[in-house]
Amino acid sequence: MSQRIVIDPITRIEGHLRIEVEVANGKVKNAWSSGTLFRGLETILQGRDPRDAWLFTQRTCGVCTYVHGLSSVRCVEDAIKLKVPRNARLIRNLLMGAQFLHDHIVHFYHLHALDWVDIVSALKADLKKTAALADSVGNAPRSGVNDFKTVQEKVKKLVESGQLGPFANAYWGHTAYKLPPEANLMAVSHYLDALRLQAKSARMHSIFGAKNPHLQSLSVGGVTCARDLSPDRIAEFLYLLKETKAFVDNVYIPDLLAIASFYKDWGSIGGTTNFLAWGEFPQSGKEPGSLMFPRGVIFKRDLQGIKMADPGKVTEHIKHSWYEGDLSRDPSKGETRPKYDKLDPDNKYTWLKAPRYEKEPMEVGPLSRVLVAYAKGDKATKKIVDDTLKTLNIPVTALFSTLGRTAARALETKIIGDAMEGWVMQLVENLKKGDDKIYRGFKMPRTGMGVGLNDVPRGALGHWIDIKDKKIGNYQLVVPSTWNLGPRCEQNKLGPVEEALIGTPIADPKKPLEILRTVHSFDPCIACAVHVIDPNTNETYKFTVV
Amino acid sequence: MDNERFFERLKERNVSRRDFMKFCGMLAATMGLSSSFVPKIAEALASPGKPPVVWLHFAECTGCSEGFLRSMYPWADELILDILSVDYHETIMAAAGDQAEEILEDIVKKHKGKFICVVEGAIPTKQGGVFGMGGGKTFLETADHVCKKALATIAIGTCSCYGGVQAAAPNPTGAKGVGDAIGIKTVNIPGCPPNPINFVGTIVNYLLMGKLPKTDKLGRPLFAYGKTVHDQCPRRSHFEAGEFAPSFDSKEAGKGWCLYDLGCKGPETYNNCPLVKFNDGTSWPVEAGHPCIGCSEPGFWDSMSPFYESL
Repeated sequence: MSQRIVIDPITRIEGHLRIEVEVANGKVKNAWSSGTLFRGLETILQGRDPRDAWLFTQRTCGVCTYVHGLSSVRCVEDAIKLKVPRNARLIRNLLMGAQFLHDHIVHFYHLHALDWVDIVSALKADLKKTAALADSVGNAPRSGVNDFKTVQEKVKKLVESGQLGPFANAYWGHTAYKLPPEANLMAVSHYLDALRLQAKSARMHSIFGAKNPHLQSLSVGGVTCARDLSPDRIAEFLYLLKETKAFVDNVYIPDLLAIASFYKDWGSIGGTTNFLAWGEFPQSGKEPGSLMFPRGVIFKRDLQGIKMADPGKVTEHIKHSWYEGDLSRDPSKGETRPKYDKLDPDNKYTWLKAPRYEKEPMEVGPLSRVLVAYAKGDKATKKIVDDTLKTLNIPVTALFSTLGRTAARALETKIIGDAMEGWVMQLVENLKKGDDKIYRGFKMPRTGMGVGLNDVPRGALGHWIDIKDKKIGNYQLVVPSTWNLGPRCEQNKLGPVEEALIGTPIADPKKPLEILRTVHSFDPCIACAVHVIDPNTNETYKFTVV
Repeated sequence: MDNERFFERLKERNVSRRDFMKFCGMLAATMGLSSSFVPKIAEALASPGKPPVVWLHFAECTGCSEGFLRSMYPWADELILDILSVDYHETIMAAAGDQAEEILEDIVKKHKGKFICVVEGAIPTKQGGVFGMGGGKTFLETADHVCKKALATIAIGTCSCYGGVQAAAPNPTGAKGVGDAIGIKTVNIPGCPPNPINFVGTIVNYLLMGKLPKTDKLGRPLFAYGKTVHDQCPRRSHFEAGEFAPSFDSKEAGKGWCLYDLGCKGPETYNNCPLVKFNDGTSWPVEAGHPCIGCSEPGFWDSMSPFYESL
């Protein structure tokens, strides 16, 4: 006997997502992922000034703020053949790095942790044992008996008051929660610490980017924050970076390892097959050669067989999406029209399209980036991954899992944090030599085509622009959560999250905690994921990808 | 005294009473209140009664929730757990699916007319609202069901106030602000996203005076949106002296001259950005050398663009 379970809304994500699964014999047998919001940003962009595009596209998402702004200025700069000054590249890398640090910490503690951590169980924790545990796993501040007492009392007060706020009515007490009370209390304490830390970390964005969320110092041609390249601003940035890095090293990574050690079975649950990364953090004007996170594609988990990724091999399918027709298209050719009928898993069930690379679904995100860098022999990645596998005493194959995905996110946070200090120093060196150039002027050409490829916290992101008469003729985004959360394709191959859910054990169908674990491990962002090109005309565009 | 307990809690979190009072002073200034209100603001924030809050997400990017989480005085955890009881907020709540739906229904029934509803995001209205669904219902249905039973609805961000980015021409989904979509009066905290201090100020006003703040005819609290960015801009003297930056890489831009020629929309934008700045007073767009884009004005995506052309 099989049974259908629907989770709608999926909470602790960005946007509106519905997951339906079929469960038989205590395991997920089939799965359908549905994005339930359509906004139509690409349509809105048509006919506008290409310089304005980044301000619009940044509003694709406020959780992964900045990233769609950066992709956008990059695609316009590609179209007009403009190389930004090196200080602009460094500041953009620093802002992107700050975004990764902030976003991954918030994801781990505030969007994902409660899938593994039982807050109510923390009430039973022995305070001395908790302090001893904290001492043994890491070097976190506020880890004394009195600190944990404060947190435990706070939780107790909430529970007793009956006003649990955001912690009400969850799956507390579920048999799939495996942490001892002391580990739960420690994690709850760090949940609260991280909530404060993230507000401080976001100030890194504010220093060179005016504000967070939704920065306002980019421009096609570079950055505008000329007056923020002062010693006091740079020092303030470094201080905040140091504080954030300390949190990653002393709290986030140790917590990840401590929690993972109780959930090693999740090293064989929730895996997918193929992995794509466009790569990120250009170390010079040369791309993709100088990218710190390399570009690449891995098929069938074959790390040895890694290949260079080519954006020309991407198609988007709409057979199972609420658009007219069932054609698969090159993402640069758009003629789809939104057409909602009803949510029907056997037919059409989402606003997301199904992007495919050489007709195959691709997982994108931290795990893909780490696997690509690992397969290419990147030293920093190889060391941190091997050390982690050794500490947890799990094989490399355990990376292809929910646990692997969540671990990869933490590991790359550390790699990026470590690299950022070097970028600040390069910026300082340039300024010392009198190079304070941050912007290059340009003339908008009458026509042009460009692509901006990024790897952003949730994965591979591409923006494409076609400039006509100095205006936006067509604009296109293929974003990480469309790759990860998209539906079946023309060949009815499951999307990555659908595939990952197959085989997931479900202890209690009324409380499908295990599903949340795998879905959250992808860090879904549905506002980003739903896009359509040109619904109003039947014009076809061909982008030349350079 | 509950006040004392509150200060103890702050102390436990390494926030001194002086820091907190400083914040209350800043808030009083932001809200245009005299300094005699400072202790009252502190008291209101420290009050043990926690009004239940339902925070709904519609067509949006979650930037306003993220902005809210950047609040530092009070910290987000205090806002969520101690000052308010944020019982429904899809981005942060632990419960999902049926259990989440139950919470919403429970609040609407149990606290009818007593809970504060915060709305983030616009409401698509074309084709009966099919472009935005959650829990099997359209946003239009959910807003109609929940907002109309609230004590008050606060629209946070330009999307829920006036439609925002998805309502920009040609508005493919017929997106509207929540007040417009379901025919209710809302307090509007526009901005893309708004400064969390303007939201906190509105809440404090309610806790302090038992009512929501006075607004302009666009529903915006006057304490925050009473003056133009231009009138409060520290570069205003350059405008008066006719000192304009001609490009982003010019010497004049480096000297901090006026960004009017580069497209600044400050003269037509009502907001307090230059006064309170963002992220604990760290910066704001003009300080970072970028023109104001007018993000707290209705329809700014169309009326203020192209953004890099002068008014």
